[in-house]
Amino acid sequence: MTKPVILDCRNVWKLYGPHADGFLGANPAPDPEALREAGLIGAVRDVSVQIHQGEIFVIMGLSGSGKSTLVRCLSRLVEPTAGQIRFEGKDLLAASESELIEIRRKKMGMVFQQFALLPHLTVLENTAFPLEVQGVGRAAREARAREVIELVGLGGREGYYPRELSGGQQQRVGIARSLAVEPELWFLDEPFSALDPLIRREMQDEFLRLQNILHKTIVFITHDFDEAIRLADRIAVMKDGAIEQVATPEELVLRPATEYVAEFTRHVGRAKVIRAASLAAPLTGDSFAGDLPHDAVVESFAAQVEAADLPHRVIRDGEAIGQVDRRAVIDVLVGRR
Amino acid sequence: MARFGHRGMLFWTGLFAVTWALSTWSFQLYKALDARWIIRFPAQYELPLDDRISDFLDWLVESANFYLFTFKDLTRAIAATIEWPYQVLRDLLIEGFQRGLGDQAVQIAPPLSWIAVIVTAMAIGHYARDWRLAALVGACFAYLAVFGQWQSAMITLASVLIAVPIGAAGGLALGIAAYRAPWFERLLRPVLDLMQTVPVFAYLVPILILFGFGPVAALVATVIYAMPPMVRVTTVALRGVPPEVIEAGRMAGCTRSQMMWKVLVPSAVPTLMVGVNQVIMLTLNMVIIASMIGAGGLGFDVLASLRKLDIGGGIEAGLAIVVMAIALDRASQAFARRGVRHPPTGNVLQRHPWAGTVVLVIGGTLILGRIVPAVQTYPEALTITTGPFWSDAMEWINVNFFDAFEAAKTVVLTWVLLPVKQFFGGIPWGWGIVATGLMAWRVGGWRLGLLAALLTAFIAASGLWAKAMVTVYLCGVSVVIATLVGIPLGILAAERPRAGRVILGLMDTLQTLPSFVYLIPVVMLFRVGDFSAMIAVILYALAPAVRYAAHGIGDVPEPLLEAGRMAGCTRAQLLWRIKLPLATPQLLLGLNQTIMLALSMLVITALVGTRDLGQEVYIALTKANAGQGIVAGLGVAFIAIIADRIVNALAEGQRKRLGLA
Ligand SMILES: Nc1ncnc2c1ncn2[C@@H]1O[C@H](COP(=O)(O)OP(=O)(O)O)[C@@H](O)[C@H]1O
Ligand SMILES: [Mg+2]
Repeated sequence: MTKPVILDCRNVWKLYGPHADGFLGANPAPDPEALREAGLIGAVRDVSVQIHQGEIFVIMGLSGSGKSTLVRCLSRLVEPTAGQIRFEGKDLLAASESELIEIRRKKMGMVFQQFALLPHLTVLENTAFPLEVQGVGRAAREARAREVIELVGLGGREGYYPRELSGGQQQRVGIARSLAVEPELWFLDEPFSALDPLIRREMQDEFLRLQNILHKTIVFITHDFDEAIRLADRIAVMKDGAIEQVATPEELVLRPATEYVAEFTRHVGRAKVIRAASLAAPLTGDSFAGDLPHDAVVESFAAQVEAADLPHRVIRDGEAIGQVDRRAVIDVLVGRR
Repeated sequence: MARFGHRGMLFWTGLFAVTWALSTWSFQLYKALDARWIIRFPAQYELPLDDRISDFLDWLVESANFYLFTFKDLTRAIAATIEWPYQVLRDLLIEGFQRGLGDQAVQIAPPLSWIAVIVTAMAIGHYARDWRLAALVGACFAYLAVFGQWQSAMITLASVLIAVPIGAAGGLALGIAAYRAPWFERLLRPVLDLMQTVPVFAYLVPILILFGFGPVAALVATVIYAMPPMVRVTTVALRGVPPEVIEAGRMAGCTRSQMMWKVLVPSAVPTLMVGVNQVIMLTLNMVIIASMIGAGGLGFDVLASLRKLDIGGGIEAGLAIVVMAIALDRASQAFARRGVRHPPTGNVLQRHPWAGTVVLVIGGTLILGRIVPAVQTYPEALTITTGPFWSDAMEWINVNFFDAFEAAKTVVLTWVLLPVKQFFGGIPWGWGIVATGLMAWRVGGWRLGLLAALLTAFIAASGLWAKAMVTVYLCGVSVVIATLVGIPLGILAAERPRAGRVILGLMDTLQTLPSFVYLIPVVMLFRVGDFSAMIAVILYALAPAVRYAAHGIGDVPEPLLEAGRMAGCTRAQLLWRIKLPLATPQLLLGLNQTIMLALSMLVITALVGTRDLGQEVYIALTKANAGQGIVAGLGVAFIAIIADRIVNALAEGQRKRLGLA
């Protein structure tokens, strides 16, 4: 990762319960036992993450593990009990109310699990809403809103009210609204969890398509590991408010840091995460059936490699870094590695 | 559990036995010990609160001075700000616009013609929902014209149209403040509780003193009466906005006021409209009552007829109130359910078909009315009066059923009302305080016990013990009967959907009627006295008992019923063993509401001659004695508060026992 860090979050805590602030002052690093005794809920415990420009950073964990609270700390919708958060090098927790409003208006966008659309506004007005509160004139904001509505594939439905749309369409409006101000940092809190599986899949594709165009820095929350794998550059696995491991999907599967992560990744289809580079064996000959990009997942080339008698070369930056043969692919497919 | 139940029985029977004994022999006790204080609170220790309040009000009106202005200036300013729009509305609906005064007055424009008013009402009905509502509202207003109630109805309407926006906007503002500042809500809540339990007559008196006899005083009283529910609905509605929607607003970068006016309030509009509907109905209720202090209108007609014993006139005006209540209620409910719609497209007339029609009709009738008077005012010759018909009908009923009614009345009086009255009337005030405290303690802990005892002591120390006991007895009997009638009706409504629709529909209508209306038939049939009061109170307080019973029974979770059926329960067993026990918290809430409504109605029945706290308030009203009125009003409010807390504690305990809390 050579891209600059946009959001830097260090030792962030969020405790709920009586006298949470005082407790952490007297007790800088309490364990879960101590929290329970004090009657406090450790929604976020000592979390440190760095989010780089242009990456899709997924926070994954079961319901109640503190994902929503963490992402709300990052946008300061929730005031952290302790810790530091720097956004583009500036201390976010020191920002005044009016500075925060400015940051949210210009640089952050958020998509919500239950869509959170305003029921009395049309698709167009909902999308233009963040621009309206900034005082952008009607013509300008509606033109911009129409652009994003077109972008998320809702062109032609500008005049509909939220209740006249399906769940998937409503979330497209939610996405359009969060993109209207061209945010640099884009938060999505379980955006597809309220949708049916088929629609969810479609929305994931749509999301990847958008990201290919927009290259935003994204913090994406999900409780669905398959979704995390499909979308993530890096995944943070959360449990009981703490982060268990931060890694690429492949590392998570190949080298789980804790028992908990291992348990989680055990049943994942490995062909979906393991990439050509990790399978690459040293080159043995100089006749090959073809070339593979180093970051292609096994699933995408398994059939091709299996059908060929000769191994395939793995290419990174124009150079061959190794080879993949039929046997290596079959090992992955049957779960030998 | 069994032992607990046993001890509980012992406590309640013991308490009742002691109370009964003391009630029966209190007089003998006083004679034997020669201690008159046993049955009468010693006069030298009575709280002088009423005099203090009266003095304070006198001081306010006479000499209070806030440096820049006097209190009188303040009330005058308030009066003027209300008076002005009210006069404009009266000109618009009734008197017509004039220039100059007295003899030189020249009419510039006549009031809106009856046709224009009806068309406007229909337009609103259609805008709110559909043609059927438009027809209903139109028919209601046409009724007012055809049956000769137009003038009075328009006076009432003018008051409603002034009081509703003030009440709704004021309630919204207070509700927003309470939502924003928790300390303000803590401050406001007891005030609201008190305002909803203090009988309306009680604050008519000080308002009368501050604003003088007339429509302004009536409007001020109306606004005060109708505002509290709007405050509550507003805070509830704002709290009900989903947290994610608020977060979306914050992420969009809303400022505080943008958050309120662009996110919270618009999202809460459907619930807020329910509050507006309540404001409208309470306003109508109060406008009718406030006729007594000079608002005029339909309520005044009813009152005047009752005083003259003009049965037909009373019923006519009463029906007009009913009709108006139905129109206002249905239209405002339709608004609450309306939701946003797509604006129509096209030219100005196509986009605003109703506004266009209304303007045309107003203009048209204005011109045509100059030539054809019937267009301007509904011709007198064509009005139908049903007064004689009603008088005859009542006459007939009285002739044919007088003995039956008298017999029923006598039976209830001798076997129910009098014994209960004696029981409550005999309780010595000292023991009353202790017993109330014990009851509340048993149900809700020592804090509640202490509160109940203190409030009861206040009533006794104000020298109102005897009258308070009459209130308790009348309210108690009425509530018991209303519950005995209401709960079976509610069960029936829940068990048989067809009957349910009819019953619940009837209850809905009953609840929209201003309380005043209930007095009319009751007085006609039974004349004045405790029995009439009881019937009116039962009728008025029946609806919540029915509704909550129907809800409670209907809301029992289906899996539990299936489990019951699989265990082989019969229908009756299902009802008695599963549904009723699970519905008890709801039944208790219904009981609570029944008690509250009964108390508020009881005060109004003072007009038909009960000798309870309501009468005390009413007397204070006629003597314009603010202190007396307020203290007696507080007495009623305290009874209501004690009953409310005890019943709520019971419901809470029951919910915990059922694991529903
Ligand atoms: N406002 C709050 N008050 C008290 N506890 C809270 C609050 N918000 C969240 N929690 C608790 O914090 C924990 C984490 O919640 P959340 O962040 O919503 O989890 P997730 O989004 O992963 O499902 C949960 O145990 C939840 O009950
Ligand atoms: Mg969550």
